[in-house]
Amino acid sequence: MSKTISQKIVGMNGDEAVAFAAKQARVDVVAAYPITPQTIIVERFSDYVANGEVDTRFVCVESEHSALSACVGSSLVGSRVFTATSSQGLALMHEVLYLASGLRTPIVMAVANRALSAPINIHNDHSDMMGSRDCGWIQIYAENAQEAYDWTIQAFRIAEDHKVSLPVTVNLDGFTISHAMEGVAVLEDDRVSAFLGKRNPIYKLDTTNPMTFGPLTLPDYYTEFKRQQVEAMKNAPPVIASVTEEFEEISGRQYSKLSAFDMEDVDAAVICMGSVAGTARTVAAKMRQKGKRVGVVKLWQYRPFPTKEVAQVLSKAKSVGVIDRAISFGAPYGALCSDIASTKVLTGIQTKIFNVICGLGGRDIKPSDIEGIFETALRQAGGAEIDDPVTFMGVRA
Amino acid sequence: MCTGCGPAITARITLKALQKPTIIVNATGCLEVATTIYPDTAWKVPWVHTLFENASAVASGIEASLQKEGKADAVDIVAFGGDGGTFDIGIQALSGALERKHDFTYICYDNEAYMNTGIQRSGATPYGAATTTTPAGSKIPGKTDAKKDLIGICVAHGVEYAATASVAYWNDYITKVRRATAIKGPAVIHVLAPCPLGWRFETSETITLARLAVQTRYFPLYEVENGKYKLSMKIPKPVPFEEFLKPQGRFRHLFAPEFTKDLEELRRQVEHNWNRIAQLCGEAPMQIASSTSQPIA
Repeated sequence: MSKTISQKIVGMNGDEAVAFAAKQARVDVVAAYPITPQTIIVERFSDYVANGEVDTRFVCVESEHSALSACVGSSLVGSRVFTATSSQGLALMHEVLYLASGLRTPIVMAVANRALSAPINIHNDHSDMMGSRDCGWIQIYAENAQEAYDWTIQAFRIAEDHKVSLPVTVNLDGFTISHAMEGVAVLEDDRVSAFLGKRNPIYKLDTTNPMTFGPLTLPDYYTEFKRQQVEAMKNAPPVIASVTEEFEEISGRQYSKLSAFDMEDVDAAVICMGSVAGTARTVAAKMRQKGKRVGVVKLWQYRPFPTKEVAQVLSKAKSVGVIDRAISFGAPYGALCSDIASTKVLTGIQTKIFNVICGLGGRDIKPSDIEGIFETALRQAGGAEIDDPVTFMGVRA
Repeated sequence: MCTGCGPAITARITLKALQKPTIIVNATGCLEVATTIYPDTAWKVPWVHTLFENASAVASGIEASLQKEGKADAVDIVAFGGDGGTFDIGIQALSGALERKHDFTYICYDNEAYMNTGIQRSGATPYGAATTTTPAGSKIPGKTDAKKDLIGICVAHGVEYAATASVAYWNDYITKVRRATAIKGPAVIHVLAPCPLGWRFETSETITLARLAVQTRYFPLYEVENGKYKLSMKIPKPVPFEEFLKPQGRFRHLFAPEFTKDLEELRRQVEHNWNRIAQLCGEAPMQIASSTSQPIA
């Protein structure tokens, strides 16, 4: 926190905080479909519409596939567009996700992360977003309702910046964040309006300036289209940096690509995304009191992956336990750990890593679990060999 | 597009009929693929293609935005989908958009199979037609299921305007496009657009086939305004049913002696459909003419 700025504290759960952010963003169109644990977002937004609190067209569609399709149509006309989903809904959107990024529509979508079927499970893990990891969207993970609120507002600025022009997902852990009531510091409406401004699209479906969107593109040009998306991703980090800087000025809350806790003078660390970071910090602080040199890295910005910054912070530790809340079936590591392993290869950092897959389908990650990960990391930091590079924490034999 | 392409004619007539500034949404299919190979485009109006099954949903979003901007009345939104993109994979998105009463016109260009992927059967393929997934085998004579009633499905949603049309009757089609776009809310036009490649007929015969489809009562032309059905052409003296089938390779096998009953089944289905529509339009039922059975009236 750089400075204290007086703000109203409102009791809201994560979903409500996201809906409130979308309201303050003065979105033109919301197209959405209900799914647990995202539903509160569309319910609250429907209240705003029903009570005339927003000047938004709410398209209550018949599926998530149509939700995102309608968002793409609206965004191409030049509207500021928001939607939200979870789990199977995100999976149903899968092919539309690639359209949204390929057509460069700056849609903002909240994903209340939830496990994927089968077996059906409505609780939190990151399988949904990880299943669509390579869809070309900027991906942010929030730790609590405050962060979900703050990132949703910032996401519009990032998405709509002409150097980026990519859709953004703001991920919040299902139930753990989506349904947990917190005190959320909210900005004045005018401050958010001034911060976001109006969307100014580069290209749009315009009857006075006809253009063709989504043509058939054959081998002679397809790669160039995809390459431009790669460039847009590369352009995102400096844009995100300036947006977070400006946001800090109006909110007093500081965001970045990642958050490092007690990562100076450290032997062992944990890197994770989402709500588990809070538990990890609490445990780390207690262990510090006992003289254990442990720290926590929380990743906010998962895509584009901040390779350099991750390497920089992890290089300070001798061993890092990487928490993945999704399985990448048949892969050497979970998704996040794969990225950390790639980071090691690309940057040459010598930090040892191991992967812990946990918290699937909403299974609680207890402080004692985190302590166990730190103890393993400390053992590895001390030179001990780790039996298994990938472990499933607390699973029945 | 191919020589003699029915969907190409459909698109040309549609664009001639449209009068206001227009935004086109195109489902995946021949029309999209053949008109926009990057960096070229055949479209002089704003045009967007996204996916196969979501044209109605994309149109919904565009309409919502135009409503927000207060421009909805000044712009016509037209969605084009083939029969696969409409009868089958796009039916859910279409249903949703009709139920939500978005102000747009959905035009289904029906060539009665998935022609873009190489002539596979769709929900619009008629009984007995041979396609690459319903081949005319020695045991099974082409498609064994009947064609869906698209307009009936749309009317069940309470749409204010729905109609069928044929590329052979362009003046009738233009009138229908203008009626469809004039109403506030969703409207649907189902256009029979023959495909020389998929139906296997001479490329010079597209309009002849489209006309014969109407003249044999195979494809009734009608409008439904606020639930009220009205025949656009009464066809008092129908051309024998076989005249429509015979020029087409996809029906050739039905004329083999072992498939006589299947030819008769197709005739029965066509007669049933005509009579159903005629009845809805307040007309007397009639027998479908064939070379063996002449119409009663």
